[in-house]
Amino acid sequence: MNTIEKEVILDDSRVIMESLAQAGADTYIGYPITPSNAMYLYASQRFQYMLPAPDEISTLQYMSGLAAVGHLPVTATSFPGFALMLESINMAYMMELPMIIILTQRLGPATGTATAGAQGDVALLRGMISGGHPIPVVCPSSIEDCWELSAKAVQMAVKLRCPVVILSSKERANTNRNFDISKLKPIEPIKRTYHEGKDEYIPYKYNDSLVPEFLPVSNNEHQVRITASTHDQKGIIQHTNEEAMRNTVRLEMKINNYIDQHHFYYLNKKGSDTLVVSYGITANAAEEAVLKLEQQGKKVDFLIVKTLLPVASKINDIIHSYKKIVFAEDNINGQYAKIIFGDRLPNNVSFVGAIGKMLSPNEIIEGGKF
Amino acid sequence: METKILNTGNLPFCKGCGHHGIAQNTAKAIENMGLNILDVVFVTDIGCHGIIDKSLNAHTVHGLHGRSVALGAGVSMGLPENKKVIVFIGDGGATIGLQHILEAARLNVNLTVVVHNNFLYGMTGGQLSGLTPKGFNTIITPNGSPFGEHDICALVHTAGANYVSRVLGLGDFSSTIQKAIETPGFSLVEVMEICPSYGVKFNPKRKLQEIVEAANKPIKTWTNNREPFRFPERKIVNNLLEKTQTIEKLSVEKNLNKQIQVVLSGSAGEGVQLAATILCKAAVKHGYNITQKGTYPVTVGVGFSNAEVNISPNEIHFHGLSNPEYMIVTSQDGYDYSKKTMQNLSANSILFLDQSLPLPETKANVVVADFRSKGVKNAVITALFSFAKKTNVISTDTLKTILSEMNMLEKFPIVEIEKELAQ
Repeated sequence: MNTIEKEVILDDSRVIMESLAQAGADTYIGYPITPSNAMYLYASQRFQYMLPAPDEISTLQYMSGLAAVGHLPVTATSFPGFALMLESINMAYMMELPMIIILTQRLGPATGTATAGAQGDVALLRGMISGGHPIPVVCPSSIEDCWELSAKAVQMAVKLRCPVVILSSKERANTNRNFDISKLKPIEPIKRTYHEGKDEYIPYKYNDSLVPEFLPVSNNEHQVRITASTHDQKGIIQHTNEEAMRNTVRLEMKINNYIDQHHFYYLNKKGSDTLVVSYGITANAAEEAVLKLEQQGKKVDFLIVKTLLPVASKINDIIHSYKKIVFAEDNINGQYAKIIFGDRLPNNVSFVGAIGKMLSPNEIIEGGKF
Repeated sequence: METKILNTGNLPFCKGCGHHGIAQNTAKAIENMGLNILDVVFVTDIGCHGIIDKSLNAHTVHGLHGRSVALGAGVSMGLPENKKVIVFIGDGGATIGLQHILEAARLNVNLTVVVHNNFLYGMTGGQLSGLTPKGFNTIITPNGSPFGEHDICALVHTAGANYVSRVLGLGDFSSTIQKAIETPGFSLVEVMEICPSYGVKFNPKRKLQEIVEAANKPIKTWTNNREPFRFPERKIVNNLLEKTQTIEKLSVEKNLNKQIQVVLSGSAGEGVQLAATILCKAAVKHGYNITQKGTYPVTVGVGFSNAEVNISPNEIHFHGLSNPEYMIVTSQDGYDYSKKTMQNLSANSILFLDQSLPLPETKANVVVADFRSKGVKNAVITALFSFAKKTNVISTDTLKTILSEMNMLEKFPIVEIEKELAQ
């Protein structure tokens, strides 16, 4: 490609917002919270529809209402706001409404430290849907990732009819970097497809993709029913009958199936039987650690997980194929390591973490005992 | 095309429940208006009223307890005015979602809310809500609620709703509901009922009208005449990335062969972050990669302001602070914040320190100068020129080019700064 170099200084927040807008997200509902305020500001300049909400529960309710009539809404928050959104995200999940929620991690618990980075919300994301159903989470660790994964998140949300989380953290979202934006590939906006035909529309009837065809509430052709309660294919509330239970199980299967086919990761293979696994901001430190190790004559393979949740079979296969596995995460409990390996990590699996600071390459090298 | 709102005469409510009347009167109002039923969206939530969905031929959205007004507001915001969104909610839901109701009234969203006020939570066994009148018996308060109750109508009227009305849930009140639906903007009808299961059980001798009168809740209508909600028309930028300034690189030799860190510490309002931006742009112009992050207390207008900059001829991976090669400290706030970092500086590093500050214990080479003499807002820029001159990481000419590109050359006393540096 023969393009003119366009070197600029920008942060992930800006790139994520532009990518979402180009990919077809049209509405931003905002409630200010550190460290997601830059996203709110950029969104206010970029999105066709933008509205401030009075709190994070309202944010998700407005988004759900707008998604139900065909909008593609976005919001950005951090843990305190996300916690308030949780029941409403479950609602959108059950109703099967597409939307994007950016969770910019900061140090918890509770209000914690608003301006300190962390990767402490991964365990929450894994269990946030009642019933243990998965919700798709993508996690950028570079400007290119912000660009590509955000657009993919929009695609995922629409194709799966599901809220999708973009997981960032203070240290990525609010750090400026130089970047040649001419290197970014054009984004194809998502084409929404709707149910067609005059036959009866059954809102939660599905085919092999396990995703029901969408029709906006209020359309002039067919009655649409959506509900957050256990329901049959017609969207009628049911207790626990067979059809309703099949529908609830489908919510899990549609996402697992899709993610097994459409997931993103970066694997740098050096032929080692040791693997370093990381994601998001810590992947940057881990990459440097791996380079330093190589300079010391120690080759290790390196995996950046970009589609963090649910864990794709392929990503499980890669990780489980190594003799020694070291996870690097900006938390004190190895949240992703435990999602993969369970609460008691096997002897060949270790974890290096940090709290209140960015995990550094040297700490990964020392803690990993390579 | 179906024209009836209700698809059954057999509604799913207890015998004698006022919810029958609300469903029938709402259906009558809509049919009277001659609306196409697919132009009507019902939004309901948790509570006995919410099981009406399956009996409706219009669109139905069934959400979370108390959140239906916010959800319905979202639905309405995305629709043209000819579409009618009607929210059914109970007194319990109205208690949970009171803020949602007030917000929708403040924004004057095109929405009609029908509050099914039967003075208690019916689905969970008859507990009292925020709309239960004082003295009304519930399973939790068998000797009467000791608390006062909200006047939802007065609240919503005050918040700015265009049409608010309270009715007794007896007989034909379809014209009130019709008026509410017809009014542009936010409308609310509070329908007073007695729950035939728990209300009657715990208050066997009381009549609806007497309870409403005793609670001093007038049966009346309140109106405002405010502009209904419209999504604000907005001027938007086409591309957030194009909006950033392109930095054209100079064809100059790079003096750095490895990554360095520069920390700038000063006070809020003294241009620390701006100076860091100028430094970064200059470094990029010289062909380097950079990262830049700012740290300041939550009150951004007071206290310290700190910037960490990485500059490297190679790709920058980890951008966290290790041991900076250069520090610029221009005020006491910055000094206090960065004291430990200064103390840990290595012997190869350089600390640019304002002369007003005490010398810290450090192995670093310290350049002491009067950075603040040309005004506190010029202190960091003055120090930055000193840094450029001393270190050659970037040139002072590049700093001036950047300032010129940012239309900021006149903002700072550059001639004076350079004159002093030359001495």
